[in-house]
This record gives sequence, structure tokens and C-alpha cells, in this order.
Amino acid sequence: MISQLNSRGVARLMMAPAVILLLGWMLAPLTTTLYFSFKKYLPLRGGDLGWVGFDNYVRFVTSSSFWPSVYTTLIIVGFVLAITVIFGILLALLLDQPMWGQGIVRILVIAPFFVMPTVSGLVWKNMFMDPINGILAHLWRFFGLQPLEWLSQFSMGSIILIVSWQWLPFATLILLTAIQSLDREQLEAAEMDGANTTKRFGYIILPHLSRAITIVILIQTIFLLSIFAEIFVTTAGAFGTKTLTYLIFQRVLESQNIGLGSAGGVYAIILANIVAIFLMRIVGKSLDAKES
Amino acid sequence: MRLTKLISSAVLALSLTASVTYAGGHATTLTIATVNNGDMIRMQGLTDDFTAKTGHKVEWVTLEENVLRQRVTTDITTKGGAFDIMTIGMYETPIWGANGWLVPLDDLSADYNVGDLLPAMAGGLSHDGTLYAAPFYGESSMVMYRTDLMEKAGLEMPDAPSWNFIAKAARAMTDRDNDINGICLRGKAGWGEGGAFITAMSNSFGARWFDEDWNAQFDTREWSDTLNFYYNMMTDAGPAGFATNGFNENLSLFQQGKCGMWIDATVAASFVTNPNDSTVADSVGFALAPDNGMGVRSNWLWAWALAIPAGTQKEDAAKEFIEWATSNGYIELVAANEGWANVPPGARTSLYENPNYKDIPFAKMTLDSILSADPLNSTVDPSPYVGIQFAAIPEFAGIATDVSQEFSAAYAGQQSIDEALEKAQAITNDAMEAAGYR
Repeated sequence: MISQLNSRGVARLMMAPAVILLLGWMLAPLTTTLYFSFKKYLPLRGGDLGWVGFDNYVRFVTSSSFWPSVYTTLIIVGFVLAITVIFGILLALLLDQPMWGQGIVRILVIAPFFVMPTVSGLVWKNMFMDPINGILAHLWRFFGLQPLEWLSQFSMGSIILIVSWQWLPFATLILLTAIQSLDREQLEAAEMDGANTTKRFGYIILPHLSRAITIVILIQTIFLLSIFAEIFVTTAGAFGTKTLTYLIFQRVLESQNIGLGSAGGVYAIILANIVAIFLMRIVGKSLDAKES
Repeated sequence: MRLTKLISSAVLALSLTASVTYAGGHATTLTIATVNNGDMIRMQGLTDDFTAKTGHKVEWVTLEENVLRQRVTTDITTKGGAFDIMTIGMYETPIWGANGWLVPLDDLSADYNVGDLLPAMAGGLSHDGTLYAAPFYGESSMVMYRTDLMEKAGLEMPDAPSWNFIAKAARAMTDRDNDINGICLRGKAGWGEGGAFITAMSNSFGARWFDEDWNAQFDTREWSDTLNFYYNMMTDAGPAGFATNGFNENLSLFQQGKCGMWIDATVAASFVTNPNDSTVADSVGFALAPDNGMGVRSNWLWAWALAIPAGTQKEDAAKEFIEWATSNGYIELVAANEGWANVPPGARTSLYENPNYKDIPFAKMTLDSILSADPLNSTVDPSPYVGIQFAAIPEFAGIATDVSQEFSAAYAGQQSIDEALEKAQAITNDAMEAAGYR
């Protein structure tokens, strides 16, 4: 008994550094954000100007840019999720087919995921979407059309396109491994029973993928809520592409208002948690449904 | 065997340390943040001359204007110490100087001749009479136009045109089939980009940012006139995608012969008349920035200047660099290497008295533009702020960036001019309230 207690104590002691490190890692930035969010902190006016209660919180939500930025964030996340999941499934099905050069094709499909967001933003902006020198402008002119001004007139569409291009490989990768884990005999049996392609997809493949899809949605949402680089290098928040993350950046760095920006950061945490809880529920349900 | 190896590597390490210390005693490496404009790029090319004269090495951090502002502002407010010299402008210098964040430049050598700096520039870069940044070049804005296209349109540019003439000429010069736009102007979001242009333009329309009680003025007819005039002219005679064009984009369009007129910084004159870069170098004329008969022209006043953040360990070396880069000696160095047309303009009185410079076609118009700009009385109606294309208060950069984003969205057709002005009004009043002005 004593030795058991001791060993448990020792085990806890051994784990303590890791736990403390993790806690510090998470808590230190969170506490400073909370601390600053209750202060009037303006570096250009001499720094800390005292406690202001919930002023920053009120000001942040009542600002005319707040709700548009929340909509923008949700629209970008929603569209990117839809595009990556739908095209991810199609691509995964395609890549699952036996074909010549499969290995190379798979690597090429996954490649965009390893391009840094700033780099892909710049490449899209300067080499594809530029209305005078971009490839797309040349393509439009080749067909006798007036080139589109992507980043100013179709700003949201452009951002969604860039981000989807980046995240499609991730969805494809997860969904492809899920498809590969599907029992081939099941499919063959269904085929023998006379189920056509659509039915096999709808009744066997899609239900089999549901768990992978929820994982894709969950992980992507977490990352997509905080996309920043793609917007920073392409539209710099202009043309209605100001997401919540970008708004916070503007408050902290361009307006040099640390308190207001921190309050925005706390809102972003709350928003992310609402979305996460919501998604967790769905994932939990779909996992439960699987087991019953 | 092992021991000898150990000893020899120890000796090697020791001698390495020794040589590093030796070098450290003589040379310093300065880290300088600067903007990616032509004159700064030229300065980087001439760094070897500075290193040869003083032994100090220089590391450049070259950034786009908007990014530079964020980087240096963050660095100075957090006392980050990443840079030994920062390139800042007339907006930042008085505010930072007042906060004690910059090293006062009151002990520059007699050779440097501070008295030679143009009073408009030295004044704008000082706080309480102390100089805090040395002007690398100074600028106003003016009209640059294609003499050949103007002739073809059957018009003649006066020395001091009105906005109505500019709009008429722009529409007459536009030739969509040959890809020629009558006028190229900044529309890019950012307070120092499109924001600066539209603010300077609004002054000549009788508009102002704030009334004397710091209330935003975007709900006035003057602002609506300014934006509608700009938008209609640009839609009829401007390039496609003008909502994303800033200084560098327009420069490249003009150099490629795609603009009839361009109203922008006077420093651009040397780039558009340089035959190495510009296809239209021999047919460029200059005129003062337009007005509306209200007594205020639409030209701004700006200087890109070098300043030393307080707290740097390398103050002496940094001062040596500033004296080198903003001296008459540097001007002569550039003149010897690249000709007199390419020297950094607008900083020193003596340059405009120099017989070699007087023949340069844009010299007189640049000086006239600079001299006609008055930051203390920039608006038709009285205003509580100093500055022409900006208001010299710490909150302005943040507010004006937001506002210029709304304007750019209107230029791109995403919202109407009225919507943009309404949002601008709300944004500005919000922020001024938060800062305690109202």
C-alpha cells in the first residue's frame, strides 16, 4: 500500500515538469491577454493608462467593423470546408483508382499543403490573379474576355480559392486513407447484388467516410478560424476580407491599441470555443451512432 | 593523439574568438530598416562607399511602405531594439520625438551643415525645435504628364491646372484600344498610399478630416464631392484595377507608357525621366498639383528621413551613417555614379542653387511644389491638426488605414461612395471617442 502510494507520488512528480510546462504554455499568453483586455494600453500615448473594466469589450463589439468581420470569418470557413470536403472526396476516390504513376501523382496532389501560406498568397496574387500580368488574365484575354480584377472585385472568392487550394490536399490525404481502409469484399458483394456506382457510394463509401469527414472538418475549422497570412499578403483586409483575426491584428498593430485588441482576442477565443463545442457534439454523435 | 587533437582544436577556437574580438573593436554592423523606394535601393547599392570610409558594415531590412510602418512602430513601442536606424516620415517623427523614443540629432558635425536643410523639411522632422530625423529626401506631389499625348489631345497643360482641366484632359487622352489611360492615381488601401492621395485631394475640395472639436467630417458635401469626382474620373479614364494601385504600381504603368497623367510624389520625376527604366523618358512634362479655386492645392509634403531609436548601443556609428547618407557628399556621390537627375531631391537648399541641378527639367517644379505646401494651414476651413495628407496624432494611422479600406472597396465597386463615407464617419468617430478626443 505504502509503496503503491509512493510510486503514484513519484509518478506524479515525474509528470509534473511536463504538466507545468504545458500549463504555462497555455496559461501565460491567455492571462496576459486577459490582463491587457481590461486595461487602457496605448503604446503611442505612453503605455499603461490604467484599468478600464469592460470598456474594451463593449467598444470592440459596438465598433462598426465587428459584425462584418465575424460574418467574413464564418463565410470563409464555411465555404472552404464545403469545397475541401466535396473535392477532397472526389479526389480521394480518383486517387484510389489503380493507375500508372500513382505515387508521383499522390505526392503532387499533396504538395500544396507544404507551401507556406505567405508564399502561396504571393504566388496567387502576383502570378495568377494579377489583372495585367497574371496567368488568369492572359487566359481571359485569350478567350477575348476582359480580365477579372480578382482581388478587388472577387476578393472573398479569391481568398476562399487560395485557402481551399491549400487545404484541399489535407482533406484528400485523410479521406484517401479512410477509403483505403474500406473492405474491398464489401464493395464487391454490393456490386454482385446489383448496386450501381451511385448506390455503392451513397450506402457504403460515404457512411464509411463519415468519421474521417468529421475529423477533417474539426481540424480544418480550428486552423481556418485563424487564417491570416493569405489575407495579409493579398488584400491586407481591404475589399471586405477583414476576418476577426485580421481585425484584432489591425487593432493591435495599426491602431496600436493593445487593450482593445486583447479584448478582441478574448472574443476570438469564445467564438472558437462555440464552434468547437458545436462541432464536438456532432462528432460525438456520429461516433456514437457508429457504435450502436 | 587525442590530446593533440583536443589542444589544437582549443587553440583554433581561442584564435577564432580573438579575431572576432579584434574585428569587433573596429567595425560595427548597423541594422537599418528602410522602404523599397528607388532612392533607398540606390543607397543600398552605394553602401560600400560608407563601409570603405568608416569600416562599419550595414545590414538592410527593406520593406514595403505599409509593412515598414508596422514593423518600426512595433519595434519602437516595445523597445525591441531590432534596428539601429529606422526610415520614418514626417508623421512619425514629431510624435516619437515627443515621447523621447528618438535620439536628438542636435550634435551633428559642422561639415554636415544642418542649416542647409530645407526649412519645410527640418521643421516637419522636429519637435520643439529639436531635429529628430535627418531627411534623406523630401517630396511634395505634382502632375506628371505625357507631352506627346497632351498634344495629340489638342490641349495644353497650364503650370497650375484646375481639377476640371485635369478631368477633361484625362478623358481626352484615354485611348482604351491602345491601352492608354488618361490618368493614373493611387487607390490602394493604406493611409500612406491611397489614403494620403485622397486626403491631399480633399483639401483642395474644401474638405477636412476633423472640425475644431475633433468631429469626423465625412458626412459633409465636400468629402462626397471629392470621392465622386475621383471615382467618376478614374472610372472613365483610369486603369483597370486602380483600387489596388499604389505608388510603385502607378510608377510601373507610367514607365510602360500606359498613363497620360499621373499625380504623385515629386521624387517619381527622376524615375519617369530616366531612359534606362522609362519608355517615355523624353516626353514627360510637369505641373503643380491641381486645385479647385478655393485657395488650397492638392499637393502634400513628406520626407523620408533617417532616425536613431533611443537605447541603441551603436549611436555613434548610426550618426556616422546618417551624416553620410543625408550629406551633400552623398548627393555628389550619386551624381558622379548616376547623374544629377538621380540624386535624392527635396532635402537641401544648396541642391537647388547648384548650377548642375538647375538644368534638370523637374527641379524647379519640385521646389515650387514643396514651397507651396503648408502643413499648418492645409485645409480651407480651420482644422485642429497639423499635416496635409495626414493629421499628426498617434491615432491617425490606424483610423486612416480603416477608412482608406472602405474607400478602396468603393473604388472596386463593392459598395457605393455614400456607404463608404458613412462607414468612414462611424469608424473615425468610434476611434476618436476611444482615444478620448470627443
